[in-house]
Amino acid sequence: MLTPSRSRSTHSPLRRRLLQGMLALPLSIMMLGQSAFAAPATAAVNTTGLAVTDTTVKVGILHSVTGTMAISETGSVQAEKLAIDQINAMGGVLGRKIEFIQEDGASDWPTFAEKSKKLLVNDKVAAVFGCWTSASRKAVLPVFEQYNGMLYYPTFYEGLEQSPNVIYTGQEATQQILAGIDWVVKEKGAKSFYLLGSDYIWPRTSNKIARKHIEKLGLKVVGEEYYPLGHTQFNSVINKIKLKKPDVIYAIVVGGSNVAFYKQLKAAGIDMTKEKPVVLTISVTEDEILGIGGENMVGAYASMKYFQSLDNPNNKAFVEAFKAKWGKDIVIGDVTQAAYLGPWLWKAAVEKAGSFDIDKVRAASPGIELTTAPEGYVRIHENHHLWSKTRIGHAQMDGQYKVVYETADLMEPDPFPKGYQ
Amino acid sequence: MSHSGFRSLLPQQDMVYFAILAALIFVVFPLSMDIFRLNLVGKYLTYAFVALGLVLCWGYGGILSLGQGVFFGLGGYCMAMFLKLEASDPEATKIQSTPGIPDFMDWNQLTELPWFWEPFHSLGFSLLAVIIVPSIFAYIIGVAMFKRRVGGVYFAIITQAFAAILTILIIGQQGYTGGVNGITDLRTLKGWDIRSDEAKYILYFVNGLLLFACLFIAQYVRKSKLGRLLVAMREREDRVRFSGYDVANFKIFVFCLGAAFAAIGGAMFTLQVGFMSPSFVGIVPSIEMVIFCAVGGRMSLMGAVYGTLLVNWAKTTFSESFPELWLFAMGGLFIAVVLAFPNGLAGLYQTWVAPRLSQWLRNIRALRPPLTTAQSRS
Repeated sequence: MLTPSRSRSTHSPLRRRLLQGMLALPLSIMMLGQSAFAAPATAAVNTTGLAVTDTTVKVGILHSVTGTMAISETGSVQAEKLAIDQINAMGGVLGRKIEFIQEDGASDWPTFAEKSKKLLVNDKVAAVFGCWTSASRKAVLPVFEQYNGMLYYPTFYEGLEQSPNVIYTGQEATQQILAGIDWVVKEKGAKSFYLLGSDYIWPRTSNKIARKHIEKLGLKVVGEEYYPLGHTQFNSVINKIKLKKPDVIYAIVVGGSNVAFYKQLKAAGIDMTKEKPVVLTISVTEDEILGIGGENMVGAYASMKYFQSLDNPNNKAFVEAFKAKWGKDIVIGDVTQAAYLGPWLWKAAVEKAGSFDIDKVRAASPGIELTTAPEGYVRIHENHHLWSKTRIGHAQMDGQYKVVYETADLMEPDPFPKGYQ
Repeated sequence: MSHSGFRSLLPQQDMVYFAILAALIFVVFPLSMDIFRLNLVGKYLTYAFVALGLVLCWGYGGILSLGQGVFFGLGGYCMAMFLKLEASDPEATKIQSTPGIPDFMDWNQLTELPWFWEPFHSLGFSLLAVIIVPSIFAYIIGVAMFKRRVGGVYFAIITQAFAAILTILIIGQQGYTGGVNGITDLRTLKGWDIRSDEAKYILYFVNGLLLFACLFIAQYVRKSKLGRLLVAMREREDRVRFSGYDVANFKIFVFCLGAAFAAIGGAMFTLQVGFMSPSFVGIVPSIEMVIFCAVGGRMSLMGAVYGTLLVNWAKTTFSESFPELWLFAMGGLFIAVVLAFPNGLAGLYQTWVAPRLSQWLRNIRALRPPLTTAQSRS
């Protein structure tokens, strides 16, 4: 994806004509009966027996479309399919159309491992776009390392990992947390924080980083609590919050628990629009607000890298295309956008490498940049994570976030943050 | 065992069934499948251990346990702890703040190995623990329940509660157990890479042999006096008790045996799949295992194996072909089985196939003598 104006090409007649001209060139060569020139020979771009033919290349999509995670992962599947469609419409990758094989991880980690093995061993796919929870990624990781596959993983996650076989298109924890806390300290004058989250690795690691950062700033954490996934009774913690009167509630509650948490917060008389305390979350995207309800979320702040409301031409075209394909009422959250980046980053790496071989794609990946990302400009770091900005969104009544702040520079990904472990 | 003893353990008909299954597992599958599919079959067969235990407990003893995942999980975790310790030598984990402990402990700020992990450095202890830990756990549950004459649906609910409790415990104590992620990234067994294709073949056959060992034990129980007592207890517990038998002890024994089978399955699962997670311990997988048993026919040892294979094969195939609709197909399959053949595959075989088969055999035998007599006359 190194053609910077994909989204604008339809608007400029001159550019369109130019593009048509460029298109006509390979076409005329093909008409001469020398189609081999249109795309590099398969033997040259595929030396390891991947599923690449003269006209197609197979990739895998591996998400849960059934089970408890389906509601979260469906957006990623849609984004990846959209990206693949768009790439194919532009002529594919190295002259080959992308064909995808979709497998269902069924919200079950061993199933993820089984299906990833199938995609790599049986289908010999050139890349896999998939996984959502850390547990599913941990389950497939040994498979990808053993059979040397390439996984594009879209979710913001806890870091502490850097596999040569994964490109992490979401944020690792420091990218999501540090700038958000700096912002709330500077803009809202926050002095004390109450940390809470669902009880598993991501919220715990994130809060650990948040706590270290807060303490480095010389401020105070007045409480830290965890609840099992699916927990729905938050009254006791809400009472404690009322007692301790923190300036900020830092919430990393996940999935369905969010609905109970924010409703009970509202019912307990904590009006988030009054910002006493400020509610700052890193786990509620537009997708979750659909379930929580805009009226229960209004006034909260979220620290992410992408919001559907981002005002730039890339994002406008992306949102438009997404709605055209998947329905106009659909919302797009942070992870959905990160999933959309996967196929484009892979395409760019393959084209830079001039080959589908996993090792060559891996070697080509660091430094790959994407100027057409809906979130703006992103670049792959040596450590396989993305450089990206942190943004603060303010939840509105209609379930959208209004962007109130973004970091001036790209945040460097740092999966093993020194001093935060 | 004397020849007649062997005959009473395996009458001719059962021998044929055992032979067919052995041929399938040891010859047909390995020859007809690539290593990926064979490894999948190996994984399915680990569930067959659980189903086998359920045939004894539920089909024969009438003890419906909805918590067999607990024992499967305990067995699997014992194995996984050993493998994880081997994978976390100081060299491989030097990036951590405390090298030499499993990665998830490091993420959870543990700085030394918890005491109950220490013995799992030894393979011998781990293998023993695979069987002993779940058996002791089953024994405690059994004594607590059966001595108080808790049975039937109450017992089923309590076992289900145990499954829920253990899942919550494992997820909650993630520093010690790996939490939701489970214990992942297991690589070698005493230096032997369990992820290579060769290792997968070997593990598949070891798994098959262990399954047959369990099948023979189950067959022995079934044919022994104990087996008949189990059936008697299922039908009329009071009469057995009035005849002077301590019903609770028999129940405890068969429950522990089922637990031990499940645990062996769990350990083989960990070895073949390469990780263990709480998603095998909970209520859903436990009920799924009961379904395997029900589809196969809860009175039939062979049925349990075939049922497990069929359901899991269907699950894989449906989900590969229709990633968004496969659960409906599975649901349809279960409803069809329960409505149309309440005794599962085995019942289907008994009602439809077996009578015709024996009729056909009889016909063949009936045809033969006239032929030979005709030859001798000419």
